[in-house]
Amino acid sequence: MYPANCHYTEEHEWVRVEGDIGVVGITHHAQQELGDIVYVDLPKVGGTVERGKTLASVESVKAVSDVYAPVSGEVVEVNSLLAASPEKLNEDPHGDAWLVKIKLSAPSEIKQLLTAEDYQKYVGAEKSKH
Amino acid sequence: MIKKVRQHINQNEPLLFENSSPGKRGYQLPPLDVPAVDAAKVLGAQNTRAEIEGFPEVSEVEAIRHFTRLSTQNYAIDLGLYPLGSCTMKYNPRVNEQVARIEGLAWAHPYHPESLTQGILAVMGELEKMLLEITGMDAVTLQPAAGAHGEFTGILLIRALLESRGNPRKKILIPDSAHGTNPATATMAGYSVENIKSNDRGMVDVESLARAVDDDVAALMITNPNTLGVFEQNITRIAEIMHAKGAMVYMDGANMNALVGIARPGDFGVDVMHLNLHKTFSTPHGGGGPGSGPVAVKRQLVPFLPKPRLRQIGGQWSWNYDLPQSIGRVRAFYGNIGMHVRALAYIMAHGGDGLRNATMDAVLNANYIRALIGDYYVLPHKAPTMHECVFSDERQAKLGVRTGDIAKRLIDYGFHPYTVSFPLIVQGAMMIEPTETESKAELDLFVDALISIAKEIEENPEMVLKAPHNTRTSRVDETTAARKPIVRWKPN
Amino acid sequence: MLSAIGVNSLEELFAYLPPEVRLDRPLDIAAGKSEYEIVDYFRDRGEDGANGYASFLGAGVYNHYRPVLVDTVVSRGEFLTSYTPYQAEIAQGTLTTIFEFQTMICQLTGMEVANASMYDGSTAVPEAAMMALRVTGRDRILVSRTVHPEYREVLRTYAQHQGMPVEEFGYARDAGTLDIADLESKIDNQTAAVIIQSPNFFGIVEDVRQAAEIAHRHGALLIFVFTEAVSLGLLEPPRDADIVAGELQSFAISPSYGGPFAGIIATKEKFMRQIPGRLVGETKDTRGNRAFCLTLATREQHIRREKATSNICTNQALIALMATVFMTVYGKEGLRELAGQNLAKAHYLAGKVPLRFSGPFFNEFVAATNGRTPEQVNDALLKKKIIGGLPLKRFYPELENGMLWCATEMSRREKMDAVAEVFAK
Repeated sequence: MYPANCHYTEEHEWVRVEGDIGVVGITHHAQQELGDIVYVDLPKVGGTVERGKTLASVESVKAVSDVYAPVSGEVVEVNSLLAASPEKLNEDPHGDAWLVKIKLSAPSEIKQLLTAEDYQKYVGAEKSKH
Repeated sequence: MIKKVRQHINQNEPLLFENSSPGKRGYQLPPLDVPAVDAAKVLGAQNTRAEIEGFPEVSEVEAIRHFTRLSTQNYAIDLGLYPLGSCTMKYNPRVNEQVARIEGLAWAHPYHPESLTQGILAVMGELEKMLLEITGMDAVTLQPAAGAHGEFTGILLIRALLESRGNPRKKILIPDSAHGTNPATATMAGYSVENIKSNDRGMVDVESLARAVDDDVAALMITNPNTLGVFEQNITRIAEIMHAKGAMVYMDGANMNALVGIARPGDFGVDVMHLNLHKTFSTPHGGGGPGSGPVAVKRQLVPFLPKPRLRQIGGQWSWNYDLPQSIGRVRAFYGNIGMHVRALAYIMAHGGDGLRNATMDAVLNANYIRALIGDYYVLPHKAPTMHECVFSDERQAKLGVRTGDIAKRLIDYGFHPYTVSFPLIVQGAMMIEPTETESKAELDLFVDALISIAKEIEENPEMVLKAPHNTRTSRVDETTAARKPIVRWKPN
Repeated sequence: MLSAIGVNSLEELFAYLPPEVRLDRPLDIAAGKSEYEIVDYFRDRGEDGANGYASFLGAGVYNHYRPVLVDTVVSRGEFLTSYTPYQAEIAQGTLTTIFEFQTMICQLTGMEVANASMYDGSTAVPEAAMMALRVTGRDRILVSRTVHPEYREVLRTYAQHQGMPVEEFGYARDAGTLDIADLESKIDNQTAAVIIQSPNFFGIVEDVRQAAEIAHRHGALLIFVFTEAVSLGLLEPPRDADIVAGELQSFAISPSYGGPFAGIIATKEKFMRQIPGRLVGETKDTRGNRAFCLTLATREQHIRREKATSNICTNQALIALMATVFMTVYGKEGLRELAGQNLAKAHYLAGKVPLRFSGPFFNEFVAATNGRTPEQVNDALLKKKIIGGLPLKRFYPELENGMLWCATEMSRREKMDAVAEVFAK
């Protein structure tokens, strides 16, 4: 379920490295927990983000969740698809519905993230807690 | 058998704009007794409009039918129990509506000379006096327009007092069970918010509070009884802890219906509080307002109250603007006076003993519901209940039915739902506040409904998930409304 | 009921409360009164008022006729005794009327989105200013001195702890309109919004387009304030403004000594997510029928808590409904005709007194009491059971002899002639 070429956070973000760019999104598990997503608030292109700080927010009808930057760097592109079609985030969170592209300022941060396998285990453990 | 509900006449009602025909009118104006004036000439052609495009054009009969038909699509206290927790949906006595419309009160202009407003000022003065007796505080302002507006006023007062002592401080402590208005208010007053965890009895944890209070803390915003309907047993200790550090105690008075005549915030260490006249004192909710949120304070905060302040000198009422330390105005004029009239009428009708009896009945009713549905729904916090009780959907959630679904099914039984998913510290909260104005018969119908739904969930959860079934409008698609917002009518 | 709970007395339900918090005496409030006594008490208080007086006060609160239908509709228990319409399936009545209200406010103001109401006009202004801060990322507010003085006081109270410096700019001494040069000299690239009112506090119609042009040239928003909603029946709507913050008291809401009233905030669609307060949206139910519900709630305090656009919760729904019925009864033709009558009456009265300003006015104007104080004029009028205009000195020390007069469709010619007589003496 979780693509092996991505890295994950315990806050349910993923990042896929393409050269010096990190493509960032939220995981299938995250979208499932949120329910029907109605709005995605994305940062301005050109701004810088710091790992662990708020990068974007995702809204369902009755909740708002912050998305934290899994990596630091400069926002070089945001996914314009999501403005008109926030539901894509429910449908294809690991594909078309990525959130932002970040030009990595500290590529070594990637090493601190979870692998797909570790994330899968982490989510499984979280689920059984409920 | 469903005791209360049968299918009702179902008619569709177009919007006013769809019902309009050119030239139709529902008004009459007398002929002008002065010469007409050419608007374009005196105001300038560029400043005048041709017409209000799209504005309604209907006859008087069409207008009254439109609004009357729409009214039948509403639930209301006048139709039955409205057990929204923390909202105190009690009966709204109609005499209050009548007295608020008395000409000399309703048509008083805020800039009328004081000599011609003695009557309305006396009403406000009398209400102030009653509210002070009920709260045990030293002074009150009637200016704030609603509860959240009162919170804002109260926190500004705290800020002004602390500032006068040299340091406004930085943080407001707020229990995790608080209403959302509390943190939003703190931010508007320039404070950051620190959440305080509740203990397993649903009360503020005194130890963690003591640890959190330092010289940066301006105040604690506490609701008492809290949103679980639980009285904060340690409130005097909590106030001591705050005061020892030079911090204040703000009380959200949303749940004052549990205390009137029984306990007074001014006697248990509260420095500032607001009241919701539209909750405790029966002014109608009107589909979401108007409200009124008087703020009562202890002596040390009096100099900072909003201006003007009402005063009586030699039997004459007047406004005092000479208040150099005042935080200023929080609203133009003097407040939602029409609500003050209604609240005073309510207090007069009850009298001191009647108010206390109302509180006791409100607590009785909440405890009655708690006792009768306890076998069917999970009660996560076992501390004694005051005016409301909070259950969890824990047991039903295992079958895939959540608090929001149970609420929708209640509608089929002819009741307005309880407050859904609040407070946040309870998983799938079902927050029930019956108020004192409900009879045992109405409460029994409600209990029967909740028990019946609990059984339905065991037998046929799918049916409950699709509720309501009996309403003219079935479950509404809130997701599409939020994704593609349409917030005004437009012609095709 | 007691046995179901498992207690022997009502008192037992409170027995666990710590003794030190208990009130150990009865409340010192007189015994409950009958309905008749209550009506009698308030009728007496009402008599101790201004019954029988004609009034020429405006200044943010206006005497307009209230069509009977308004009270008929808002007295229906289904509207009066319902709560905020969270449960859409059983609140379509309230939701539909709010949707109609939002639509009519847009039609009236030339805006694209309007919320379900604010407490009043005075609190709508700081809410609009805070909204401008969120939209622009700037912090300075420039407000005209011709905006209602009490609204400006409220703005200052709200602004003081939000890192939102508020500065005022003046008015042209002769025309009573915005002092454009003063505005130009004070606006800069940190200005989030310029706030103007039209008709302004002196009753004068401002050049909205010019103010908007200046604001926009500096990257600021223009906030347009109105206190006299009837004026929008005749006046060009403020299409060039970015946010409109107004007061609807004129629409069938009795003066009630200053409240309850209903404020509004309206804006452009692109700023919709920054608007405070409730919004109703159109959608469908599961059977495919049109339905309405509260929407974009994630802006609000009950969800976003300390990050909300405002702490507003309860607003003024029933008062907004009164305004909705009023707008329906008068409708397209009626509001225009009503505004025309106001214009005519005010110009009739103004023709009989010395005017302080030369700018175009709607139903209010400033008269100069040459050789006498405004208080002397008012004292003479009170003897004729007429409440005269508002002396402006308390708000504008420089307008010592200025009085703000208002005439509406309710002002009778013979009373206006009586005012003229006193002025002529």
